Amino acid sequence: MTPEVATLPHRQRTDESRESWQKAVHAGEALTGAEIFVKTLLDVGVDTIFGYPGGAVLGVYDALYKTPELRHVLVRHEQGGTHAADGYARATGKPGVVLVTSGPGGTNTVTGIATANMDSVPLVVFTGQVPSGMIGNDAFQEADIIGITRPITKHSYLVKDVNELESVIREAFYIASTGRPGPVVVDLPKDMMKTSAVYSGKKHVAIPGYRPVTHGHHSQIAKAAELLNNAKQPLIYAGGGVNLGDAAEELTELAEKANLPVTTTLMGLGGFPEGKPQSLGMLGMHGTWYANMAITECDVLLAVGARFDDRVTGRLDGFSQKSRKIHIDIDPSCISKNVEVEVPIVGNVKQVLPELTKMVNPPETSDWWQTLNRWKKEHPLRTPKLEDKITPQHMVQRISEVTNGEALMVADVGQHQMWLAQHYTFNQPRSMLSSGGLGTMGYGMPAANGAALAQPDRTVFCITGDGGFQMTIPELATAVAYKIPVKIAVMNNGYLGMVRQWQQLFYGKRYSHSVLKDVNPDFVKLAESYGATAFRATTPKEMDEVLEKAMAVNDGPVVMDFHVVEEENCYPMVPAGAALYEMVESD
Amino acid sequence: MTTSSVTIDQKHTISVLVKHSFNALSRIVGLFSGRGFDIDSISFGQGQEPGLARITITTHGDEQIIEQITKQLHKVVDVLKVHDLTYEPYVERELALIKVTSSHSIRSEIMQIVNVFRAKIIDISPESMTIEVTGSEDKVTAALGMLRQFGIIEVARTGTVALRREYQGET
Repeated sequence: MTPEVATLPHRQRTDESRESWQKAVHAGEALTGAEIFVKTLLDVGVDTIFGYPGGAVLGVYDALYKTPELRHVLVRHEQGGTHAADGYARATGKPGVVLVTSGPGGTNTVTGIATANMDSVPLVVFTGQVPSGMIGNDAFQEADIIGITRPITKHSYLVKDVNELESVIREAFYIASTGRPGPVVVDLPKDMMKTSAVYSGKKHVAIPGYRPVTHGHHSQIAKAAELLNNAKQPLIYAGGGVNLGDAAEELTELAEKANLPVTTTLMGLGGFPEGKPQSLGMLGMHGTWYANMAITECDVLLAVGARFDDRVTGRLDGFSQKSRKIHIDIDPSCISKNVEVEVPIVGNVKQVLPELTKMVNPPETSDWWQTLNRWKKEHPLRTPKLEDKITPQHMVQRISEVTNGEALMVADVGQHQMWLAQHYTFNQPRSMLSSGGLGTMGYGMPAANGAALAQPDRTVFCITGDGGFQMTIPELATAVAYKIPVKIAVMNNGYLGMVRQWQQLFYGKRYSHSVLKDVNPDFVKLAESYGATAFRATTPKEMDEVLEKAMAVNDGPVVMDFHVVEEENCYPMVPAGAALYEMVESD
Repeated sequence: MTTSSVTIDQKHTISVLVKHSFNALSRIVGLFSGRGFDIDSISFGQGQEPGLARITITTHGDEQIIEQITKQLHKVVDVLKVHDLTYEPYVERELALIKVTSSHSIRSEIMQIVNVFRAKIIDISPESMTIEVTGSEDKVTAALGMLRQFGIIEVARTGTVALRREYQGET
């Protein structure tokens, strides 16, 4: 990727247009809505927009043409735009920004917005709208995008007065990125972009009724410390809040000081280094045997930025019945929603954890650790290896080794996502980007583009499946166009693997509409036609060669078509409706 | 909920102060339907200050559901205050307009019932009467029940509005 945006072909412009633009940007001056839009975006720190132009936003695009300092990434589909902005946001913590036109432009963003909403990702999505006088007339490319997205956004705005545009944009970014983050939609009627208003430059944002709590209640934290200090079998269960709240360091300090075992959710991976002895890996439906047993047997459970999702808890009446529970979360509505807790602490995990660490003394846990270490030894994750065929687990393990556990991994959704979560050793926060809550197939490829543009210095891998890759494969064109060096590893098993696994186990092996192997495209040829580098591997030896070649490609995307064992199942597995301790460990 | 001790559905009256906008109202109604909470009645009207509105919702559910409802309401950005009035003294009123068939022969009988409920007749025609009843939801429902025998043509109910009671006496 070249950060030198001005040299990209779509950014050619005349010097005159640039000069006239530069003259008009002093605060207090009347600007058009479109000019206020780009000016405010720059002022709130936006450097990249993922977008797709269209009739209702031509005015904004004209202003962008004159603003080389705002990098606009032209995606191939608006869904890819929202996923890319989501990847950008998860990789950095900064809100991802999307710009699309009215009607279909807006409706195409819906899946991406819902994905971000479920995983608390800060996004600001700007949608064009028909001119304000025509709203409600079923005008060309009109859709009530505020109405459509209301249940899947943290907040939304329809700008009806250009004088409010600047403050609305500032509020949108503030709301998206504070408290429990989430997506905000701002609908921009076309006429607002032409009308003039004064740009104030006032940075202060005050929203009555919106005051996210950051500091935890002191006496609650003291209660939590007392529980932990007297625990015999304590356990930390860390969720996405640790990554979102940039609290990996604070969590590590607590776990190391008190020698507490830590299990993370899918969203929490990387929030605690898996190389440390305290790590039990991931828990839940495809969690490790020992993590699921630890949460079943523990006597004090500390939940940190997690929401007791059904994929984590299994059957509720069999979930961690012996434990007294502490829950730190920034969102009060997450506390005691599914599982009642004894000590709720509402606050930002980054602020609460150090206070708790100060009050915690290492409890006596040598018996507990003996049990945990025995479980680890007796029930490890298994990595079957074959001479002539690539197993999916082996594939992930090799990538983990080649990247030294330091790459930024972006997953699509399905078996490969779970194998990635299990077999990659995540040691850094914001390193596992995945659609956890909504489970959006097609997330991987575009999100990897966004993550790689945000973190040009990190190696970015997209682990995807032959099913999910095809859902948003046009974004490979975006990666080629912007020379994004994302490494796409396709776990090609010729099936919608997770669907097939469930059909095998629970529907009598009737593989209803989950077979792709005879109708898949040739991913190597397809990638090459997009202008990407591509390789194929069918044996472990070829896999090693392909990985080595792929690691050397740094000027654009590389697609690795890994043909893996077709009917491998992902274990351990907690069947739907079962308790965590009722795991199935093998076929 | 793993250990829910209270599972009895209780009626709750929740008063919500919001920014006066359709977006706020839509979000609140949407969160009830989207999360499967019940609305027994809802009223929306201007609050004490311009730009603010008060929404009064009556709903029912066990302790855990009501806790989720109030927490989810708090999360709506346009919501300034959420008050579950159920646990404190409060005054509540609902207004209903009830149109009943009333031929000449039964008019006085209807008027007796109207008097008992301290209701008012606000429109009359040779074949019908429109009655205004104000009071608690229970009273309105009771009046409606008594009038049903005469043949109800149409009903319009406002839903409950409520405020906290300020002076609670000396005892």
